[in-house]
Amino acid sequence: MSASASRWPYLLLVIPFLGTLYVPLYDHVQPTILGFPFFYWYQLAWVPVSVLLTGIVYRLGRGADSADEAGS
Amino acid sequence: MSAALGVFLALFVLVTGLGFWASRWRPGDLNLLSEWGLGGRRFGSFVTWFLLGGDLYTAYTFIAVPALVFGQGALGFFALPYTIVMYPVMFMIMPRLWTIARDRGYVTAADFVEHKFDCRMLGLLVAITGILATMPYIALQLVGLQVVLAALHIGGSGTWADAPLVIAFVILAAYTYTGGLRAPALIAIVKDLLIYTTVLTAIIVIPAHLGGWAGIFGRIPAAKLTFPAPPPHSTGIYSGYATLALGSALALMMYPHTITGVLGAKSAGVVQRNAVFLPAYSFILGLLALFGYMAYVAHVNTLPQFQAGFKAYGPSYAVPALLMRFLPPWFVGFAFAAIAIGALVPAAIMSVAAANLFTRNIYKAFLNPGVSERGEARTAKIASLFVKVGALAFVLGVPEKYAIMLQLLGGIWIIQTFPAIVIGLYTRWPHRYALVLGWLAGMAAGTGMAASLSFKGVIYPLVIAGHTFPAYAALYALVVNLAVVMVATWVFNVLHIGAGQDGTLEAQPRGA
Repeated sequence: MSASASRWPYLLLVIPFLGTLYVPLYDHVQPTILGFPFFYWYQLAWVPVSVLLTGIVYRLGRGADSADEAGS
Repeated sequence: MSAALGVFLALFVLVTGLGFWASRWRPGDLNLLSEWGLGGRRFGSFVTWFLLGGDLYTAYTFIAVPALVFGQGALGFFALPYTIVMYPVMFMIMPRLWTIARDRGYVTAADFVEHKFDCRMLGLLVAITGILATMPYIALQLVGLQVVLAALHIGGSGTWADAPLVIAFVILAAYTYTGGLRAPALIAIVKDLLIYTTVLTAIIVIPAHLGGWAGIFGRIPAAKLTFPAPPPHSTGIYSGYATLALGSALALMMYPHTITGVLGAKSAGVVQRNAVFLPAYSFILGLLALFGYMAYVAHVNTLPQFQAGFKAYGPSYAVPALLMRFLPPWFVGFAFAAIAIGALVPAAIMSVAAANLFTRNIYKAFLNPGVSERGEARTAKIASLFVKVGALAFVLGVPEKYAIMLQLLGGIWIIQTFPAIVIGLYTRWPHRYALVLGWLAGMAAGTGMAASLSFKGVIYPLVIAGHTFPAYAALYALVVNLAVVMVATWVFNVLHIGAGQDGTLEAQPRGA
C-alpha cells in the first residue's frame, strides 16, 4: 500500500448511490425505450454503469492490492 | 405423472446427487470448522460468483419481488437500486474482512468483533443477532418451496400435506451435514443455469402473448407505474424508496450467510472481482420484477384454475401462476425446479452460517472454551440440523405472515451489527461497551418503530418540526445506534474505563 494517490478512485463508488437513490431524478414515464418507461430502463441501465465503475476502481487499485493477492 | 412433475423430480434428484457428492469435491478434512463451514477458504472467482449469487438472490426474492410489483407497482422495483448500491459497499468492506479473517482464522464476523474489541459479550451479541435474523430468512425460503410444490400439486391432504416439504428439507439437511458449505456451492452452479434459462426464456415468450413491453406497461395504471409527487411538507414515498434500497443493502452485507459466502473465497481479489461482476444478477432480478406486471396484465389472479393458489399464498402465487399460464408443462417443471433449488441453496448457506456462529461465539466462547478443532466441526454440524428443524417447525406451525414480520424485523436487527463490524474494520476508536449500548439502543428503537407500524411495514414516518420524513426504520435505528456509540465512547474514555487489547494485532495468529 504505497501512496494515498491510489485511494482517489474509490470516490467513483459514490456515483451509483447518487444516481439511483435520488428518486425525483427518474420518477417519470417519458422518455420510453422499447416500451419501457423511463423509471424502469433508467434503473436497469445503472446495472452496467455500476459494473463499469466498480471495474475501473478494481483495475486502478490492483497495483496497491497485488501484494495481498500474492500473499495468499 | 405430469410432464411438469417429471422434469421437476428429475432435476431435484440430480441436485440431491450433487449435494451428497460435494463432500468429496476439492477434498479437505471436513472435521475442521474452516473446511466444513467455509469450504476451506478455497473457492475461486467462478465458484464464489455462483455461491454468492445463489446466496444473495434467493428463491424468496424471486417470488416476493415480482409479488410486490404485482401488488404495489413501482415500490417493488426498489430491489434494483438495492442490489446496485450493495456492491460498492461490498467492494469497500469485504476484502478487508476477508484478509483479517484469513490471517487470524476467524470463521464468523462475531469472531472478528470479539477479538478486535476484546469483548466476548459484543461477539455474543453479534452472533445472537445473526442467528435471530437468519432463522425467519430460512423459513421464508421454505415458503418459496411450499408455493411451487403446491403449484405442482405435490402433496396429499391431511397429515401428509406437508410430507414433500419435509422430505426435501431432510435431504437438504443430510447433505449439508456431510458436505458443509461445499454442498450449496456446487448446487448453486446448477441453480443458476436453471434460473438464467428460465428468466431469459420467459422474458422473450411471455411478452409476446401480451402485446410486447409497450403493451404490458401501457395497461398498468399510471398510479402503479411511477410514484405520486410527495405531499407538502413531506419527502413522501421518495425517501421511503431510497432508504429502503440503501438500508436493505447495508443489512444484507451484515447477514451471516453473506459473510460466510465471502469468507469462503480464496483471496481478497476474488471478493473484489465478485463485487464487480455480481450485479449481472441484479439485471436478471430487475427483469424478474417485471414478471409482476405481466401477471397483472394477464389477470392471472382472476383465472379459475389459480383461485386456490392465490387464496392460499396471495400475491406470492403471481409468478408460478404466470409461468403455468403461458409456458408448456415441461418448462414449468424446469422453472419450478429452478425456484425450489433456489430455495435450497440459500437455506443451506444460512444454516451453515448460523451453525458457525453458534459454534464459535456461543459454544466455544461461553460453554466449552477448551473444545478441540474436531469438536468445533462436530458441534457445527449438529447445530446446522437444529437450525433447519427450527425453521421447518416454524413454517409448518406458524402462519406465513409471522415469518414475513420476523423477516422484516430481522433486517432492522441485523443492521445494528454494522457499527461493530464495519467501523471495526477501519478503526478501534469506538469503545467496546459503547458498541454494546449502541446495539441495545438500535435494537430497541428499531423494534419500537416496527411495533408502531404494527409490524406490517418498515417505512417509519419521522416528523421533525412539522415536516415528515418517511424512511426505512432500520436506517433510523442505525442512526440512533451510531449516536449512542459516539456519546458513550466519549463518556467511557473520560471515565478511563478500559478499552481492552486489539486481538487482531497479536503476533501469534490463532491458525486457520
